[in-house]
Amino acid sequence: MLRLPILRGGKPYHSLDAIQLKHVGTGETVALVSQANAGLIARDLILNARHNRQVLAQRSVSDLVAISRRAAELFMTGRLPMGDVVQGPDEFVAIQSATTGVPRSLCHRNMEKIRHVLAEMERILMGLTRGLDLSVLDEGWNGNAARPVSYLSQADMLGAVLPSNSPGVHALWLPAVALKVPLVLRPGRQEPWTPYRIIQAFLAAGCPPEALSFYPSDYAGATEILSRCHRSLFFGDAATVKPWLHDRRIELHGPGKSKVLLAPDQISRWEDHVEIMAASIADNGGRSCVNASGVWVGGKAPGLAEALARKLAAIEPLPLDHPEARLAAFADASVARRISEFIDNHLQVPGAEDLTAPYYKDGRVVEMDGLGFLRPTLIRCTDPEHALASSELLFPFAAYVEVPPAELLERIGPTLVGTVLTGDDRFAGAAMECRHIERLNLGSIPTGKVSWDQPHEGNLFELLYHRRAFQNPASAASDAA
Amino acid sequence: MNASLEKEIAAGRERLDAHIREMVRWHFNPDTGCEFWLNYARKLDFDPREAIRSYDDLKKLGHFQDEWLRGGPVRKWLPKGLEGQPLCVFETGGSTGVPKTRININDFRVDYEAFGDQLSDEGFPKGSDWLMLGPTGPRRLRLAIEHLAQYRGGMCFFVDLDPRWVNNLVKRQAWQEMDAYKDHVINQAMKIMGAHPNIKCLFTTPKLLDALSQRCPVEKLGFTGIFCGGTEMTAQFNRFVREELAPGIDFVPTYGNTLMGLAVAKPYEPADNYAIIYYPPLPRAVFEIVNPDNLDETVPYGATGRVLLTTLTKEFFMPRFAERDEGERAAPCKRFPWDGVSNLGLLSSLKTSVVVGVY
Repeated sequence: MLRLPILRGGKPYHSLDAIQLKHVGTGETVALVSQANAGLIARDLILNARHNRQVLAQRSVSDLVAISRRAAELFMTGRLPMGDVVQGPDEFVAIQSATTGVPRSLCHRNMEKIRHVLAEMERILMGLTRGLDLSVLDEGWNGNAARPVSYLSQADMLGAVLPSNSPGVHALWLPAVALKVPLVLRPGRQEPWTPYRIIQAFLAAGCPPEALSFYPSDYAGATEILSRCHRSLFFGDAATVKPWLHDRRIELHGPGKSKVLLAPDQISRWEDHVEIMAASIADNGGRSCVNASGVWVGGKAPGLAEALARKLAAIEPLPLDHPEARLAAFADASVARRISEFIDNHLQVPGAEDLTAPYYKDGRVVEMDGLGFLRPTLIRCTDPEHALASSELLFPFAAYVEVPPAELLERIGPTLVGTVLTGDDRFAGAAMECRHIERLNLGSIPTGKVSWDQPHEGNLFELLYHRRAFQNPASAASDAA
Repeated sequence: MNASLEKEIAAGRERLDAHIREMVRWHFNPDTGCEFWLNYARKLDFDPREAIRSYDDLKKLGHFQDEWLRGGPVRKWLPKGLEGQPLCVFETGGSTGVPKTRININDFRVDYEAFGDQLSDEGFPKGSDWLMLGPTGPRRLRLAIEHLAQYRGGMCFFVDLDPRWVNNLVKRQAWQEMDAYKDHVINQAMKIMGAHPNIKCLFTTPKLLDALSQRCPVEKLGFTGIFCGGTEMTAQFNRFVREELAPGIDFVPTYGNTLMGLAVAKPYEPADNYAIIYYPPLPRAVFEIVNPDNLDETVPYGATGRVLLTTLTKEFFMPRFAERDEGERAAPCKRFPWDGVSNLGLLSSLKTSVVVGVY
């Protein structure tokens, strides 16, 4: 059986505490994952953070970008250590799918996302820094430039408390290495695979091991990372991230409540947009914060909801190794049943109707090969305040809501990604001003299509670096003149 | 198992059974027993003094219920044979509702003296002073650690941590407040250690030991021995302390609570792979590791089961109480020729409902 260690500054450490990871279908134990006690994490961070940062900071950004580029290919195609075995990409995808329930086809697609970010690191840094001369990060300021610019690192390490639900989100923290900030990763319980393989790819590409720590742990371990790292990313549901809402050191990645908005001018052309709406809801298994959990329409669009429901209902549960599989499975079928019951209970409250239910003779929950699936679900909410109108669930689930045209941008509530479908300049202008929307996709772009140089949630460079005032005798003299 | 160990096990069992007969005679005698057990006996269709001759016979009394210890009147537990003596009342943590209370006269002294006799003079030098860094308040620990220090010729300095407040912070997930409180506690410990060089011995909890060592290496603070307890400890924690946190310092993990005495761990042996194996202070307390679904069935050695705890002193009689902990049944050894328990932890079925180990 595969044994996955902790990595303390890149060095493997096998803990006496280990959890078993099981195959979601067969229940067979496929791995033993070492668990770090909170004190061990704290000790490492206290004793080694500054040293680890100094080791990484000695490398130039261009060197680290080159390492990232090499890591891209190694991650995608190489045979890399995974604990006490060596895995190629297919073995990696097989075990990732086995413990997360994500279809292999989607796992491959997520690998490509990560490869792309690593390979395009220079372009991504340009996007994050808005074209900063990256030698500023090597020298501390921009040398001979007439106008001095200086950036100060805010962190000796970037902590990341990671999720299990969508392997693609790991692309968000990848630039930290090239930005010279060591990583302290606490993987999701079911998905330690991607962070571990990325670390191995970095190591094989020549990254200093001090930059890469990996601490599978319980919640106490995660809390230790969030408390001690100078900057962190924290993925979790609303209740989990709530205690950290006001901690400016931590960038929270909670539920996205992403939406597709159909402006009044496009209602007559709704048929052109059904594809984008369905993709926004269901791509990547519908598990990501950038998946749409709502389609909001500024007016009445007869037939749209029914057409969208029909399209979503055509997505069938398939075995995880099927090349066309689009739905992820739940390791515990009872979780799928509980989510389905949550929906049914809320449907008892007037103002909501399940438009996909007529397509499912045997119900929303499907059990197949020991796995639990939830079929895509579209709920028409005639009451925009209905609880299901603002729910986000771990499968392709969305609310369909029609509101008066003038209220559309007011009523949507917090929206991580908003795809606004409009040809009306005035509406587009209003969307640009809408403070509910974090990332605005103006036009026919699915909510899940991410441009990594413009991250949808926060900006890693801005999290890790602070622009400070700087002057030296040369610049002071130039100012005096 | 060799013949001499088998002989010692049998002798231990005979001593236990004789002790049980003596305790049952005391607690169910109208002249010496307490109100609670005398009332209890009236509802039985047998006289426990006649019917209970051995540990196995305790099954006839059923299982002690901790609910009986919640609320008053506390004096219903005072044996008539001990009336008139100075009384202490100790409370449990309160993590599962209204705290349980237990009266105490001298038991804690007897338990901690027995424990003190097992400490090494190298790690816990006689005449040196102690720091008790942990929950004091209404707990037994406050008086017990001080008595232990005095028994070994020293005195005890205290830094209190209120676990009920920590519990409150955990429930509110107020992590920043928790850090501030932890700092407040550790700051006090650092001041005391800076001012009193004769402190060589430390009692603390696993989390506070972590916190203290994060401020300053433990050996630099002058400690030569650490007695650690108050909450569960894993083999990984034991290894972490011995290898990294306090290498070279005498580290003594214990398991105990207000309802029993103090179970000491078998001295460290590499062959145990850092497993902490606790043995109760027979015959004053007994562990039995049982099937959680059938509390009358003892599990085989090495198997995991629920801890059934029996306390047998003149002050307190608690037959076959099902603890909220589970662990592996450990075989007797030369030093402790009776059953022990290793890999202790919260009962699996309670893991989502109880806040434990908050200190």
